[in-house]
Amino acid sequence: MKVEAKLLLGLGLFFGAMCAVYWTWSLENAGGVMMFAAMLLGFLPGSYYWWWSRRMKARPEDDANATQSEGAGVVGSFPGTSIWPFMLGMGAFFVVLALVFGIWFLVPGLALALWAMLGGTAEGRRGGKV
Amino acid sequence: MTDVLERPVDAHVPDDHGHDEHHGPTGILKWLTTTDHKVIGLSYTVTAVIMLVIGGLFAEIIRGQLTTPNGSLVSLAQYNELFTMHGSVMIYLFAGPFAFGALANFVVPIQIGAPDMAYPRLNALSYWLYLTGSITMLSGFFTAGGAANFGWVGYAPLSNSLNTPGSGADLWIGGLLLTGFSAIFTGVNLSATIFYLRAPGMTMFRMPIFTWNLLVTAILILLAFPVLTAGLIMLYCDRHFGTHIFSVAGGGVPVLWQHIFWFWGHPEVYILALPFFGMVTEIIPVFSKKPVFGYKGMIFATISIAALSLGVWAHHMFTTGVVLLPFFSIMSLLIAVPTGIKIFNWIGTMWRGEIWFSTAMLMSIGFVVTFLIGGLTGIYLASPPLDFFTHDTYFVVAHFHSVVMALVLGGMAGLYYWGPKITGYLLNETIGKFQFWLLFLGTQVFTFPQYLLGLQGMPRRMAVYPHDPQWQNLNIWSSIGAAMIGISTLLFVINIMVSWKKYPAGDNPWDAHTLEWFTTSPPPHHNFYRLPQIRSERPTWDYNHPEHLAIAHGEHATEPEKVTSA
Repeated sequence: MKVEAKLLLGLGLFFGAMCAVYWTWSLENAGGVMMFAAMLLGFLPGSYYWWWSRRMKARPEDDANATQSEGAGVVGSFPGTSIWPFMLGMGAFFVVLALVFGIWFLVPGLALALWAMLGGTAEGRRGGKV
Repeated sequence: MTDVLERPVDAHVPDDHGHDEHHGPTGILKWLTTTDHKVIGLSYTVTAVIMLVIGGLFAEIIRGQLTTPNGSLVSLAQYNELFTMHGSVMIYLFAGPFAFGALANFVVPIQIGAPDMAYPRLNALSYWLYLTGSITMLSGFFTAGGAANFGWVGYAPLSNSLNTPGSGADLWIGGLLLTGFSAIFTGVNLSATIFYLRAPGMTMFRMPIFTWNLLVTAILILLAFPVLTAGLIMLYCDRHFGTHIFSVAGGGVPVLWQHIFWFWGHPEVYILALPFFGMVTEIIPVFSKKPVFGYKGMIFATISIAALSLGVWAHHMFTTGVVLLPFFSIMSLLIAVPTGIKIFNWIGTMWRGEIWFSTAMLMSIGFVVTFLIGGLTGIYLASPPLDFFTHDTYFVVAHFHSVVMALVLGGMAGLYYWGPKITGYLLNETIGKFQFWLLFLGTQVFTFPQYLLGLQGMPRRMAVYPHDPQWQNLNIWSSIGAAMIGISTLLFVINIMVSWKKYPAGDNPWDAHTLEWFTTSPPPHHNFYRLPQIRSERPTWDYNHPEHLAIAHGEHATEPEKVTSA
């Protein structure tokens, strides 16, 4: 977990430094803001990982001498097949087509998307052991 | 039906003759409902190759038009649509999804010993958004006003509702929104998979370089794509809701679009390139019978390319006169350093190796050479005085076509290398080698005249040009190169048909290094029946060659007395 944290924090630090140099030198706002946001995307997940990495013991995948049996067991439980991603995709498709066909196309689009979200959530709940 | 994802252990052996014990729907229902990363990866691959063919056909028409100064193959308006959609299809619908959706989707979870992607249903959603986005963008051709025709960069104010009315442009925006979200979800999925689903012993610094590059690509996607999505929504608001974000008339700033677009657009270049770097870095060591030279250096180079790529966007905007030239020039030139490290390491891997010139290896070497040409001309363009001279000429066109054709070579290398793992069958090597030489030489015949045309001042995006015998000659040569590339793609399709289920591959036809070659071809549902102990960055090699002990980092091998050849 520490390497993951360091990777993101390192990127955040680099973007922060780059942002500071760029913004003070150019006084151009669009790029400065975007670089600042990039820095946050390094720091937010990075510090979360760092916080956790200090509070948990190394996972088998962080341990260079781990054996395969240490990682045995259930990782998670997911629907083996699911129609809902397709339905949600179609919903998003219709929503985007509303950009061209007019606002009324949002009705089937959002309806499909909402239906797919509810269906997918219910499917996940039925999922059994995790 | 619910699948419980379990990490395999040594004790878990395949049932009777090792067949897939998974019973799901088949046929079209399987395609519609699957959440298996392998099926989704294959769907991505097929869709992306179809997009390559569509974009390639546009390119051939463009090159046909340019064989004569006053070509009449297409009208001027159609030409604008064609070059716009050629660029859009190739960048948004082929190169990107092929890079991080197709082979990555298939290979990355297997390379780290995971049973699937971290979010299998989100993965399926990514594919559906990609497919519907592609359909949305291409359906612009069926509207009354034709497809989008403002170039693949959609610069304001050309892309506003006055200069480009009609729904083709809106469909272009809509298609990009969908594929943009598809990319973001893939980025989330890849990084979560790599952070959380690695097999025991697969530490970060044992992951294959391909997986490392995809992790960095995923982070870059998360940094860059939301910016594009936001920009597109602003553009749509400008076109339809009366805002003036990008129009001077209402107090907006047109150049803001360029900032937003290229803040996505330049990292996008590396989002495209890094996965192909990764593919080549997997292939070259395997066919040189050596571990990769400078493993950590490669990772360092990947991370630095990604980090620097966020600070170079305005080198596309040098001629606007409103950007900080020295900053962007320095940052762009700096990227040459990690890229140089990569090229050096690829050569170092081949150095004194036992090279097997298979099609995949030839394609990889072709990639290195072609990418070097594209990269070096990129260094010229990073220098503002040279860029002022060549901006928007065919020199730029030739530069980025060298780069992206290198990616096509790398992608073909990946298909020849991992194709047997995906299908269980090898492709024909003889046809493959013909394809390589046509593709490689065709690429150079295609780009070199364009470099010269650019230096002589021929602007890009022109359907007609002045009567100049030299210009026409160079354009004809370039078109010949494009035809060679087209034929090579045809050869690839022929190769698939000729070798259809003909040459069984076995689990590990290349004596390769990484975990995907430990499982069966094609891999079973949830990928593994068992996993080897992972003690180095090439676990499959260690398992198959116990005589070559893995050496811990920091220790050195003793030189063998005599290098024997197999």
